[in-house]
Amino acid sequence: MAINDAIIGWKTLPFGGHVLEPGSTVKFKTGDWKSQHPVTDNSKCIKCGMCWIFCPEMAYQQTEEGFYVANLDYCKGCGICAHECPKNAITMIAEEGGKCQSA
Amino acid sequence: MSKRVGVEVSIAVADAVALARAEVISAYPITPQTHIVEHLSELVANGHLDAEFIPVESEHAAMSCACGSSAAGARTFTATSSQGLSLMSEILYHPGPMRLPIVMVVANRALAAPISIWNDHQDIMVQRDIGWIQTFAENGQEAVDLLLHAFRVAEDKRVALPFIVNIDGFTLSHVIEPIIMPDQEDVDRYIPAFKPHYRLDPRKPISMGPVGIPEVYTEEKMAHNEVLKASKRVILQGWKEFAEIFGRQYNPVEVYRTEDAETLLVTMGSISETAMTAVDEMRNAGKKVGLVRIRLWRPFPGPEFRKAIGKAKTLAVIDRCLPPGAVCGPVGAELRSLLYRVPGAPKIFSFVAGLGGRDVTVDRFKEIVDKADMYAKKRPVELYEVIGVREK
Repeated sequence: MAINDAIIGWKTLPFGGHVLEPGSTVKFKTGDWKSQHPVTDNSKCIKCGMCWIFCPEMAYQQTEEGFYVANLDYCKGCGICAHECPKNAITMIAEEGGKCQSA
Repeated sequence: MSKRVGVEVSIAVADAVALARAEVISAYPITPQTHIVEHLSELVANGHLDAEFIPVESEHAAMSCACGSSAAGARTFTATSSQGLSLMSEILYHPGPMRLPIVMVVANRALAAPISIWNDHQDIMVQRDIGWIQTFAENGQEAVDLLLHAFRVAEDKRVALPFIVNIDGFTLSHVIEPIIMPDQEDVDRYIPAFKPHYRLDPRKPISMGPVGIPEVYTEEKMAHNEVLKASKRVILQGWKEFAEIFGRQYNPVEVYRTEDAETLLVTMGSISETAMTAVDEMRNAGKKVGLVRIRLWRPFPGPEFRKAIGKAKTLAVIDRCLPPGAVCGPVGAELRSLLYRVPGAPKIFSFVAGLGGRDVTVDRFKEIVDKADMYAKKRPVELYEVIGVREK
């Protein structure tokens, strides 16, 4: 079992438990519990960007060649991108051996 | 000059909310609280109060809306009762740790089943641990005064906590009483503009209410508990300032004829006025009886209570709430914990009375005192007793 001791004292917590720094979640790799991840077949991809639009985690980024690649540090494996892709270019691949892949 | 007027307590409470210049009121009607928000909606609609009145679809929405409004930096008020308070329950636990100083009046009413619109304290005792400051009013004047005090204390930067003023449903909410309505200038002096530590502002974005992972949850709860306990200092200061401006002094615990008293009744809320009459009659009959009334319920004023009971030998604690299967009523349990193994502590006997609108009369208080005195000599079998219950 993981040890989850305190990481900050109650006297030094931010007021009201607020997060005072916008976008601070980017510091945490939040995609480590996904059970599957998307893989795009670039030969089918038409670079329409639907995966980029629909991704609820904004995990997709465009490469210099114009393709879209999911950042697996943040991807939760929901599969919305694969569902929305008009060319069925995205396949969801199950994580293996209880370990997840990281970009 | 402040004026003494004959007015229904609910209307006076709504007028006091207007005097306090509330900016957002989100509320849903429920008996016996309805007149408060009904009058507030009139005040807003008629242009007498410059506020947003949000007629929400439920109490759950009313409290959610109040949280958002307070987070945005607006002085926020709502009111409810009974089933409505229960429907708020999920949200009631949020504004405490999030430090959102919402002010709410609860017109106390029984909980179903059986369905009852009448007064007791079961609705608020269910919400005992929501982490708000809580006071109980005895009469209409006190309802108005405690409400102004609630705004003053809740929004104080050292506190920044939500605040409930409890008023007994019907017994207070629907009764016309002579009430001194304070002047606007005095209220403005007493309650400064709301300046929150943080507010939701797109120009300076922050996140409120994020997840508390196991590594911080205990610390968040500790921080909230400590600030709630520490708020007592500001609560007392708020009452001191109130006395200086308005001339009426309030204390966390009030005493009535406790000097040399051997047996003390312990009450909360409006039944205390009947209890005072009972104490007078018993004193006239030569009984050494007094009354201790708890006004500040959370944070519980332990030292003040211990001082108030002096050297009394017996406490007869009255709960207007019957928690099924519990050791005794919540006030009784609180005081037993407070005084457990304290040297010279009085014997505590717990009584449940006045459920679902059943009157607690002068004779009932005499019966309670007689029973407590009897149990002091011969230990009772049960840890509490329901008063006035009919067997057959």
